[in-house]
Amino acid sequence: MNKTLATMALGALMAAGPALADLVIPDLSYRTGPFAAGGIPFSDGYNDYFTMLNERDGGIGGVPIRMVECETGYTTEKGVECYEATKNEGSLVYQPLSTGITYQLIPKVSADGIPLHTMGYGRTSAANGEIFEWVFNYPANYWNGASGAINHLLEENSGDISGKKVALVYHNSAYGKEPIRTLEELSKKHGYELALLPVDSPGQEQKSQWLQIRRDRPDYVILWGWGVMNQVAIQEAANIRFPMENMIGIWWSGAEPDVIPSGEASNGYKALAFTATGDDFPVFDDIKKYVHDAGKAAGAGDKVGTVQYNRAVYAAMLASEAIRTAQEIHGVADITPAMMRDGMEALNISEDRMAELGMSGFGPTFEVSCQNHGGPGLVGVTQWDAAAQKWNVISDFKPTDGDVINALITEDSGAYAAENNLSPRCN
Amino acid sequence: MFYREAGDFKTSYVDDNQTFPIKFDRYRYYVVLAVAFGIIPFLINDYWANALLLPFLIYAIAAIGLNILVGYCGQVSLGTGGFMAVGAYACYKLMTAFPDVSMFIHVILAGGITAIVGVLFGLPSLRIKGFYLAVATLAAQFFLVWLFNRVPWFYNYSASGQINAPERDVFGIIITGPNAPAWATYLFCLIFLTICAIIARNLTRGTTGRTWMAIRDMDIAAEIIGVNPLKAKLTAFAVSSFFVGIAGALFFAVYLGAVEVGEVFGIQKSFLVLFMIIIGGLGSIFGSFAGAAFLVLLPVVLKVTGVDLLGWPTDIVAHLQLVIVGALIITFLILEPHGLAQLWRVAKEKLRLWPFPH
Repeated sequence: MNKTLATMALGALMAAGPALADLVIPDLSYRTGPFAAGGIPFSDGYNDYFTMLNERDGGIGGVPIRMVECETGYTTEKGVECYEATKNEGSLVYQPLSTGITYQLIPKVSADGIPLHTMGYGRTSAANGEIFEWVFNYPANYWNGASGAINHLLEENSGDISGKKVALVYHNSAYGKEPIRTLEELSKKHGYELALLPVDSPGQEQKSQWLQIRRDRPDYVILWGWGVMNQVAIQEAANIRFPMENMIGIWWSGAEPDVIPSGEASNGYKALAFTATGDDFPVFDDIKKYVHDAGKAAGAGDKVGTVQYNRAVYAAMLASEAIRTAQEIHGVADITPAMMRDGMEALNISEDRMAELGMSGFGPTFEVSCQNHGGPGLVGVTQWDAAAQKWNVISDFKPTDGDVINALITEDSGAYAAENNLSPRCN
Repeated sequence: MFYREAGDFKTSYVDDNQTFPIKFDRYRYYVVLAVAFGIIPFLINDYWANALLLPFLIYAIAAIGLNILVGYCGQVSLGTGGFMAVGAYACYKLMTAFPDVSMFIHVILAGGITAIVGVLFGLPSLRIKGFYLAVATLAAQFFLVWLFNRVPWFYNYSASGQINAPERDVFGIIITGPNAPAWATYLFCLIFLTICAIIARNLTRGTTGRTWMAIRDMDIAAEIIGVNPLKAKLTAFAVSSFFVGIAGALFFAVYLGAVEVGEVFGIQKSFLVLFMIIIGGLGSIFGSFAGAAFLVLLPVVLKVTGVDLLGWPTDIVAHLQLVIVGALIITFLILEPHGLAQLWRVAKEKLRLWPFPH
């Protein structure tokens, strides 16, 4: 025991030794608290992909990556502390995996000049790169998610959902409130009735919301939860015998820890996705070989192939590709956060490149531009098969209602610009 | 030897009644003020300000406020988080409605609005006591958080339901928003803390404080000797909420910059501030400082030693932190129920006798 401690201390000292050239990636993770069920696999995947690059290629462009992990517990106060503690290490990009922390960090990163990548979460209108210079939320955002869910319902009802009742069960926070505007706009367009049912954080208490659902009998339920709230919601839905195939979760409400606790009852539950499921991709062979077999896995090392792990691998891939792009643009291997931003803005994820990385079909392909920081917003649908214990893709990545979403993005980012006296920059 | 009354002659009543009658105490107080105002602002950086000093200063104000109510007046309150939220939202509404007014005025007004709300929720204290009052203030906590989540007017109809502090200044120096320099935010909070502490100290030494303590020690006896319980309890609620409101306003505007009411001002905030005054010492201004410092610094110290120095996994350290803080709280309550302030008192008594104890 003492020896291990001494080695660890020595290792820490060596790591903290003379600053060689390295690419610093902070990982604001949460492995504790009510949201750890989602935080652990994400952090594991994010770490493992970069470890794999270090072990296999010696980093990116010959420069090793240094991960700095900081526990936020999904609380904004600790998130701020983590940001302040890591920002002076030369951190290239922040990925806080929390909409609350994102709202804290948007003004801070804009002032400090460090890019923020909120993949599939955060402030949706940050997709407007004209206003949000340092914030990126490609490849899809919440409003794409809301529209994707409605599109799926349209498909199921051959294009007509007027008069149907849709209930939104959401985490009563900035995260959960994000889709409301879009769903309201879409309800005007498609004529469905929208009911809003907020659940207070962290979300163990949902009896009254589900009693209301039992009474009102909505045709569909859209779930916008995270962490412990998801499994409780699915269990409650099972308790009132709500048909699972009529329940659709956002991508943060559709992972293994959310459905496994309710066992057979959760069979048929659907969730949106922008990444593939399972571990049937060549990239996982490398991760197994260089990371897990070498004993360098983050966490317990048992999350490979789960939904949030895969999503984190995709996030890490986007970050490393942005670093590579930045290195090419500037011809420097040891890049700065400002160069990283240029790399993210010039990011081009093509099918060929995905295949080279061993991730063909793993997620949508897209290009980022100065105007569009939000990507194409392609959304797929997955369904849980409780017997086989796996998520099946039932609808491929499809486009969402751009007209409605873009108008809302322009409106909301315009409000932000007016608040902060910003003018559009891409000219 | 150097810490005693002997030899420090007072020639006027004013001198005799001063806050720190012992010379050593007085000079220590001046030194602390000099370091806090004269030296730290030049050394401070973003990390020190945002991770340690701002939360300490702001929690200290909240702890002083709660200590007046619980420690001095004996009225148990679990509504601190809700009252901080009132301060924060009042400050937000004022900041957005009157952008040209100085932040000092906004924060003080936010405190005033919280005082009014506090008095309103303090009214039941005339009829109910002890645990029952705790439950009533708990209702205030949940009601206020629900209200700020429910009524869009409070968050200016923003889509996310969050409030974001716009950039505001004091005499041209930016205090809120991401461009505010660390020293300015630090000094801004420090000024409020200093003034609050001086006011609280002098209130508790005077008539008002004595009526509070009379009510705390035995309300019926206090009433018989002529203390008006209505006035005493409501002033305690007002003053306490005023300080808590200032803390809430600073917490939102200067420290966090963006707030989601359920997460930041939830019930756990009420408990945190209550733990601060229990660990620091009920009925002691110094205790409020000590408790706030203890609960703000300890997690950071544990994190820095565990993760940065020893290289342990972050989740182990986060869990260890819960264990250690919990164990320390229990140890304190068993070994020193009067808190850190009592340790300090004992140390001072020992110093008086030093170097010749009996």
